[in-house]
Amino acid sequence: MLADVSFWVLGIVAVLSGFAVFRLNSMARVTFALLASFLAVAGLVVLLGLGYLGVVTALMMVIEMVVMAVFMIMYMMNPAGLMPMSMYHNKAGSMAISVGTFAVLAVGILLTDWPVRRGVPAPAQTYQLGLALMGGQMLTMMTLGVTLFATIVATVVLSTGRGRYDRYGDDLAAPRADDPAGGGVG
Amino acid sequence: MSLQLFLLVAAGLFAIGLYGALSQQSIVMLMMGLELMLNGIILAAAALWYFLTPAGNDGPVLIVVVLTAMAIEMAAGFAVVTAIYRSRQVDVTDSAADLRG
Repeated sequence: MLADVSFWVLGIVAVLSGFAVFRLNSMARVTFALLASFLAVAGLVVLLGLGYLGVVTALMMVIEMVVMAVFMIMYMMNPAGLMPMSMYHNKAGSMAISVGTFAVLAVGILLTDWPVRRGVPAPAQTYQLGLALMGGQMLTMMTLGVTLFATIVATVVLSTGRGRYDRYGDDLAAPRADDPAGGGVG
Repeated sequence: MSLQLFLLVAAGLFAIGLYGALSQQSIVMLMMGLELMLNGIILAAAALWYFLTPAGNDGPVLIVVVLTAMAIEMAAGFAVVTAIYRSRQVDVTDSAADLRG
């Protein structure tokens, strides 16, 4: 009973606040609407017995949304939403594609003859997940690690304004850095 | 509380995210749409694990992978936004249509 009520409340919050993300004007409200959607999904994941992953999702998303708010203020043309303006392109086509996608998925979900449940969750699910990640799924974990490292390198390279090749020339042979401002700050 | 209901919520989140990713001009808002789509995938993975194969660990491992993908998408997306803004002051997708074919 409690689980049913929680499911409906969290499910409706997740979908409605997800939709509000693309309807609200103020960027602060948009960020918090997206955060509410993520927290509702984290709650649903906890409801399904994955307490650890639910809490990890919640913690990660809180930080991610705060970072996102900073970038929004940096890059959005209308961060405060004080001046109502349209920031859409091809709204009708996007809506048609999205409603069509949902319809196809819903038909598949409702018509599929889902298999019956096999087995029960392990008593210590987080422990089992840790064993899997450090054992049978080690290749997954290593791939994730290498991908994250590549992301660190790529993001630093992409977002650096003036790197050492700009400062010391293509062969890094300049005796002094070619800086617009002195002091070695690039 | 059933598998179908969970999957319908997940499909709703995915469709809303798709709408956002297709319709928003701002690159930051486009990335929010992508995040929302991945959010739906997390929910679908958790529901499929719980209602079909709760004895295994594949569902939780998939969620870990998707969470990592979300972090990578955010970081790489903002790095690209920073790079293109630095060189061309572009902050909307319509101004970055060089590869349109």
